[in-house]
Amino acid sequence: MKQIEERVKPYDQNFTTMVPTGFVKFMRTCILWQIIRFIVINIKMLIVVRKSH
Amino acid sequence: MARLVVMGGGVSGHTAATFAKKWLGDAHEVVVVTPNSLWNWIPSNIWVGVGEMKKEDVVFPLAPVYAKAGIDYRQAKAVSIHPNGKEGSDTPYITIEYTGQGKEGQSEEVSYDYLINATGPKLNFDATPGLGDGKGGIGGHTVSVCTADHATHANLELQQIFAKAKAGERQKVVIGTGHGMCTCQGAAFEYIFNVEHEANKAGVRDMVDIQWISNESFLGDFGIGGLHMKRGGYAASSRLFAESLYTERGIPWTIGAHVSKVEDGRLEYELLDGSTGEMEFDFAMLIPPFAGVGLKAYDKDGSDMTAQIFAPNGFLKVDADYTPKAYEDWKASDWPRTYQNPDFKNIFACGIAFAPPHLISKPMSSPNGTPINPTPPRTGMPSGIIGKAVAHSITDLIQKGPDAHLHEASMAEMGAACVASAGKGLTDGTAAALTVYPVVPDFEKYPGLGRDLDYTFGEIGLAGHWIKHILHHMFIYKAKLKPGWTLIPE
Repeated sequence: MKQIEERVKPYDQNFTTMVPTGFVKFMRTCILWQIIRFIVINIKMLIVVRKSH
Repeated sequence: MARLVVMGGGVSGHTAATFAKKWLGDAHEVVVVTPNSLWNWIPSNIWVGVGEMKKEDVVFPLAPVYAKAGIDYRQAKAVSIHPNGKEGSDTPYITIEYTGQGKEGQSEEVSYDYLINATGPKLNFDATPGLGDGKGGIGGHTVSVCTADHATHANLELQQIFAKAKAGERQKVVIGTGHGMCTCQGAAFEYIFNVEHEANKAGVRDMVDIQWISNESFLGDFGIGGLHMKRGGYAASSRLFAESLYTERGIPWTIGAHVSKVEDGRLEYELLDGSTGEMEFDFAMLIPPFAGVGLKAYDKDGSDMTAQIFAPNGFLKVDADYTPKAYEDWKASDWPRTYQNPDFKNIFACGIAFAPPHLISKPMSSPNGTPINPTPPRTGMPSGIIGKAVAHSITDLIQKGPDAHLHEASMAEMGAACVASAGKGLTDGTAAALTVYPVVPDFEKYPGLGRDLDYTFGEIGLAGHWIKHILHHMFIYKAKLKPGWTLIPE
């Protein structure tokens, strides 16, 4: 939450948006989780590509 | 023997030319006219612009590839189209002016049976005073990542900024769009997050203030009116997605902005509410607006018929509904399906070169009458798919006759996968992996949000970065026509 305390100020333009917590940020570069997401995203993208041709 | 001439060798033109040649074989001719000797995988210019790749990593020479494919390659720029031929001849032709192959400056007439306009955009830096050099090129106050050479220069300038920051001199970086009617917000979006990532890696982030400026009426519009995706049981707007990312990275934003003037270290802008402001910068990368490349069209008697074939912005008219309408009356069916010119059935356009019927984002203007809205993107996956569809249509017209069914690729019926880099690194990099379906919202089929929530999604993470990296190698492999290239989708 440190970045929230540092960067968000009440009623500044960034006060009303979502800010990722440490866990979310960790998961974005967690190798094991990202391997799973890599497979999932690829499948989803292939479906969209297939629908578009 | 029929001759297909393709003007432009970018993503769309290259796709169209190579597929057409593969399908037509040696029985027919395919000619590519493009002023560049190198093919450029433009999405990776972002990484050149921050020093993570070299120019050589994102380009390759076209001549050997076209020689291998049996395509007649002319390194030249197309100047004019003569669809009715000239006095004494009904054969349509284009005029070209060589930029290489030892014939620089020489003009030539190239006749055609079928013509594809895939010239891409003119980077219209001069539309903003001070952004251009007055001669069509980029001015000296800002940098660009639109070409590999621009990106190489951008990195040199960026490294100087980092060096000054390291020396204790606070630096101000401004990245975004340089005009109220720019498109390609995605490229600027990628660049700002890569610059932020590199500033962190260089240990100077605390000394570099990074600021976003764009013509979007809300952050995350991207010229496609934004998108929605399922998140935590909600249909969440890309606005939340984008604002969250800017906040996380400590980047403030100015949106709804038309940059009206650029000077050394300073720019002026006008906002949608009519107010004006200025920003100072030590380094700025501002995407220019796009226009058609300035092709002219002439009738048989030499009279100018440019306005008949091209829209006022210089893009080629195709089978779209160009009737002026209010935003509320726009329909997905207004968008072109075959990309055939309505007057000349042997002329097609693909990629950025076709004239879109209207904006995708809602048109807006300031109280002073200044239009401030993103124009529609036609890059990436859609331009490849459209190029292939056009090549298929022309192949069928040549092989099956003039009544052959034309292939369709409406942007209102196709989706697009987009991976926006947010920092390069195999273990610490991230990217926003997005799909949107359809690209042009269809509010009749999908009331409310305009898109299918099952096929429109996005997330940020390392997986997206891996995909971006794989796409870089995959598409350069495909463009080089290496074994199995046709199996890689556009």
